[in-house]
Amino acid sequence: MAKTVVLERKPLSLSERTYLPQIVTGLKTTFSNMFKEKVTLQYPEEKPQLPQNYRGVPTLVKDPNGREKCVSCQLCEFVCPPKAIRITPGSVPEDEEDREHVEKAPQEFEINMLRCIYCGYCQEVCPEEAIFLLDEYSSSGYTREEMINNKAKLYELGGTLPDKHYKWDKKKDAEEEGNAH
Amino acid sequence: MEFDSEMLQQLGLKALFALLMVSAVMTMAGYSVLAERKVSAWMQGRVGPNRTVLPFVEHIPFIGPFLKGLGIFQPLADGLKFLFKEEIVPGHVNKVYYYMAPLVALVPALTTMTVLPFGEYFDEAGNSSPLILANLEVGILFIFAVSSLGVYGIVLAGWSSNSKYPFLGGIRSSAQMISYELAMGLSLLPIFLWVSVPGSEDSALSLVGIVNSQNDGAWLLIVQPVSALIFLVALFAETNRLPFDMPESETDLVGGFHTEYGSFKFGIFFVAEYAHIVVGSAIFTTIFLGGWHFLPWIADPWPATWIGTLLGIGWFLAKTVCLIFFFIWIRWTIPRFRYDQVMNLGWTKLLPLALVNLIVYVLLVTWLDQPPSVTP
Ligand code: SF4
Ligand code: SF4
Repeated sequence: MAKTVVLERKPLSLSERTYLPQIVTGLKTTFSNMFKEKVTLQYPEEKPQLPQNYRGVPTLVKDPNGREKCVSCQLCEFVCPPKAIRITPGSVPEDEEDREHVEKAPQEFEINMLRCIYCGYCQEVCPEEAIFLLDEYSSSGYTREEMINNKAKLYELGGTLPDKHYKWDKKKDAEEEGNAH
Repeated sequence: MEFDSEMLQQLGLKALFALLMVSAVMTMAGYSVLAERKVSAWMQGRVGPNRTVLPFVEHIPFIGPFLKGLGIFQPLADGLKFLFKEEIVPGHVNKVYYYMAPLVALVPALTTMTVLPFGEYFDEAGNSSPLILANLEVGILFIFAVSSLGVYGIVLAGWSSNSKYPFLGGIRSSAQMISYELAMGLSLLPIFLWVSVPGSEDSALSLVGIVNSQNDGAWLLIVQPVSALIFLVALFAETNRLPFDMPESETDLVGGFHTEYGSFKFGIFFVAEYAHIVVGSAIFTTIFLGGWHFLPWIADPWPATWIGTLLGIGWFLAKTVCLIFFFIWIRWTIPRFRYDQVMNLGWTKLLPLALVNLIVYVLLVTWLDQPPSVTP
């Protein structure tokens, strides 16, 4: 069993009480620090290495077929703590070949980056895996309007995500062949 | 008193020298701000300011990027920033004293350098005369008298700001200055006892006399280490440097006495603080480090011509710069004392130590100066 040992605190010696030797030690430490390697990252020229699960600016992504994944369910709008997301739902026109069997898509999708707190809830809640917080971290603008990312901007930032689900292909197959996937 | 042409010439020369000296001290103050930023950065593993550069210098190969990396142009940018910032005067201040305070802080710092010898000049016969704006017989007394006026700037700023934190800063600084002034004065008395030769015509209070007494002899730092230590500690306190930056102590008093100041008025306070450091370092160099003379026990290796003059001034500046570095080095090493600890150190440690030191040297000097044939 571990025994508690109470250490006797020795009274300070005379030289210790003048503080001078301690100051000299401190000076030595700081002086030697001057020649150590610098840790500064020269930011705009050198970029930081982002960790794998970094949460940057939220973006909308397309599936490998280049179709928009978001079905405008508005769950992300609902869950977003600072209410940064605003979605105007719309329906997909019947004649759009590659998006058959999907009823809805956002007409407009805005994320206000002045409100967003990068919490990642939207990504977590999305049933379609359509919204992702990617690596982009430096967003700036001269006006408040510039800081609201609209749908086009969101897709531009997000791009295409290589996921293997092909959900809508499956959906189409299922509908045509009457086979629940 | 007649104004003939020779006198006018003399006056013109003095004015020119004064201008030169003010610009030298101000430049040094500006660059010690840069040095502070750079040294603190290096000590903390950072690189410090390295972005500012003049447009045409940038394109000089090697030298341009090197100067940019050193941040040589940063003080310019800092100064411009202070000039062009919006001047905000809070509504609750006492306007007259509010405007006066920065000047009251700066003027003493710049006045003390008039009696500061920084080199010597040789005429054709090889006689040396000191380079100094005003060779006062009581130089050191003048410095004490004027430099302690600097505290008024801080007290005025603290009081006229009409707000809590500056007020506390002002009170602290006046208490601190009064406490350390005493120890500082007492620490120098043994120096004058030591330097003044009995029966000599020279006034021992003259800074030139002190410097010349250290020529090819021991530096007073070696002869009187305790005095030097007390003087140095008191100097830190007088210039409000860490670990004695009670009036500012940004962690407990926001910005201290200059909390309510902005733009150029803050800039003046800032420059005044660094001018104090520059002049303080120069005074320490003069008194304890042999001024413009070479190393202790070694006669000046340079010839007694204008080359020697220049080298001497350079040597003096080098010592001063080393001391400024020491100031900065201490700042980034030692944490701030608590207010009561500062008072405690000043009154119960430094003051008695200075008194004991004085008594010891009085006895020593009396014993050494005994005329050999006193006993009948
Ligand atoms: S990351 Fe959080 S705050 Fe930003 S849009 Fe998504 S849910 Fe809203
Ligand atoms: S991004 Fe996802 S959660 Fe938000 S509306 Fe679209 S499908 Fe729903």
